[in-house]
Amino acid sequence: MTKTFRRKLDLKSGRVDMSHGAGGRAMAELISSIFKDAFGNELLEQGNDQASFPTPAGGRMVMTTDGYVVSPIFFPGGDIGSLAVHGTVNDLAMAGARPLYLSASYIIEEGFPLGDLKRIADSMGAAAKAAGVMIVTGDTKVVERGKADGVFISTAGVGVVPDGLMLSGDRARPGDKLIVSGSMGDHGVAIMSSRENLTFETEILSDSAALNGLVETMVATAGPHLRLMRDPTRGGLAATLNELAHQSRVGFRIVEDRIPIKRQVAAACELLGLDPLNVANEGKLVAVVAAEAAETLVAAMRSHPLGGDAAIIGEVVEDDQHFVQMTTGFGGGRIVDWLAGEQLPRIC
Amino acid sequence: MKYVDEYRDGEKARGIAAAIAAEVRPERSYAFMEFCGGHTHAISRYGIEDLLPKNVRMIHGPGCPVCVLPIGRIDDAIRLAKRPEVTLCTYADLMRVPASSGLSLMKAKAAGADIRMIYSSLDAIRIAEANPDRQVVFFAIGFETTTPPTAVALKTAEAKGLTNFSIYCNHVLTPVAMRAILDMPPTPDEPPIAIEGFVGPSHVSTIIGMEPYQVFARDYRKPVVIAGFEPLDVMYAILMLVRQVNEQRADVENQYIRAVRTEGNPVAIDLCDEVFELRDSFEWRGLGAVPKSALKLRDAYGFYDAEKRFAIETQPAEDNPACECGAILRGQKKPADCRLFGTVCTPETPTGACMVSSEGACAAHWTYGRFRTRQTDAGLRRSA
Repeated sequence: MTKTFRRKLDLKSGRVDMSHGAGGRAMAELISSIFKDAFGNELLEQGNDQASFPTPAGGRMVMTTDGYVVSPIFFPGGDIGSLAVHGTVNDLAMAGARPLYLSASYIIEEGFPLGDLKRIADSMGAAAKAAGVMIVTGDTKVVERGKADGVFISTAGVGVVPDGLMLSGDRARPGDKLIVSGSMGDHGVAIMSSRENLTFETEILSDSAALNGLVETMVATAGPHLRLMRDPTRGGLAATLNELAHQSRVGFRIVEDRIPIKRQVAAACELLGLDPLNVANEGKLVAVVAAEAAETLVAAMRSHPLGGDAAIIGEVVEDDQHFVQMTTGFGGGRIVDWLAGEQLPRIC
Repeated sequence: MKYVDEYRDGEKARGIAAAIAAEVRPERSYAFMEFCGGHTHAISRYGIEDLLPKNVRMIHGPGCPVCVLPIGRIDDAIRLAKRPEVTLCTYADLMRVPASSGLSLMKAKAAGADIRMIYSSLDAIRIAEANPDRQVVFFAIGFETTTPPTAVALKTAEAKGLTNFSIYCNHVLTPVAMRAILDMPPTPDEPPIAIEGFVGPSHVSTIIGMEPYQVFARDYRKPVVIAGFEPLDVMYAILMLVRQVNEQRADVENQYIRAVRTEGNPVAIDLCDEVFELRDSFEWRGLGAVPKSALKLRDAYGFYDAEKRFAIETQPAEDNPACECGAILRGQKKPADCRLFGTVCTPETPTGACMVSSEGACAAHWTYGRFRTRQTDAGLRRSA
């Protein structure tokens, strides 16, 4: 089998371009050649959106960190403050953890309206309260006008994992079922619709939401049968499935007609020439579960307000090339691939 | 989605597939070229190949404007964008096209050039209005479909009296390129192209109508079926082509009657005639220099011509010698025949233009179809 040749980063004269932040292969290359090299350790090597480790006192903890640069700061269905809480909580919850504490670091541009800052902080506080986590430490920096764009937020979060639960992106096995918790692409389309250069009328709200409650339900229903969970954010379902296929060294076979997509989202994507499977979500998860527990799990998810459209969309198969293959609604077959290059910068 | 889902219906697709299977003659094979990248994309994205009998082969044509643009023109655009007074406006899929010396518009942007990605030619006008101290250049590319919007942008700039707006024109013509493919002499190391008919352009035909394709039916005896970009359109057009071949007919037929009129769009045609004229010759990637195959601004509109305003002299630039884009664009080779495909050349690090645009034959095969050639990976690929 030929390996796809990786062109090495040009560290002498190369520069960061927008594709390095798009969640695709270019970003993976940047992380592996620069950050993994510099930081390398076995916890980082887990390759998940959070690190999971035993605590000296016993039990397992997870820790995650995330940066938020979304533009616009206020969008239909949320804002940068609530998004920062949801994104961080979800990264913890995807390890099956109960999220506990968050930090919040604000980088604010000179001239930013205080009223907007208050609105963002209030929204962040309310989101934390609703998710049952506390923001226990923070930092504030102000930079000169033009050196940032309004406000950027970075967070960290920690949580504890129930005893005996072990979820990780490398645990999918052939025969397992693949589940999504709801409709794909809502967040990305909501952001696009609110950007001034892409104005069109739509009722789509971002799906930004904290998923720890749904995850608790899932763990209670199918705990030992759960292999992994991940939230399909940047790069959408397509990027997430490709990451997981490589991490677990398997392939996926999915069925297009089973993937929930709202009609309005499909229509907006059609107009913009986007594939909803590449569009970001902020309140959805992908789960891989042992086949025997799949139906029960989906039924339990559907009883939760954030899992009403949960569906089994496919299964894990053996595949040494780690392809994500899809039977199209039209009846043919195709690959669902990472999107090359940049689709939409600053989606989260 | 109303008016879209109807054309992606799996059950109807199986119906047409059954009709094609029933009508093809088992003793012979059929080879049709879909000229347009939009059709290539639909065929790959919906897996149409899986619905066709084994003896019907689709050849992917050069109808991807990003793919056929020679490197020299991208080099020009990068040089333009690097000028301190210039803001270059471009459609997004040009950003990653590899230029000379490992450059691309995206890399030029990261290094400080003022390059804006736009969705419409009129976005460039808005940028010019908002930045009167900048020279705003619209990097215009595309076939007959995107030519009228460029003309509209020019007329808008004229009406608004914008003096800081100009157009770097790279518009090219479809029928001339189709003819160039059919006229191409066979080369010693490449098999001759055995195209028996064309799936005719979709959007291009809404502008130019049906008449410009008559030459293929009349002089070359090649049927042309103009088809929409939805997968059922493509399936039905293939069925219509099979029927023409079986009946030994060569006609220009219109499957895309919901959008294409016989006469096309006379308003758009007249506007383009007013603004543009034929270039004596234009370099196409894969096809070489093709006479009278591209447009430039008429002298009356020379004020808006970036080639004049910035005295652009396009320098020829060499393609990577191992890249098979040329033969692939001519339909003589398949993407997996290229040694670079999937090794050094992927959508993230494209070597040739066919890998850049989602409408390119290589990008479509890589992104949607490479599982079909998996068993031929490694050294076996060449003999497959």
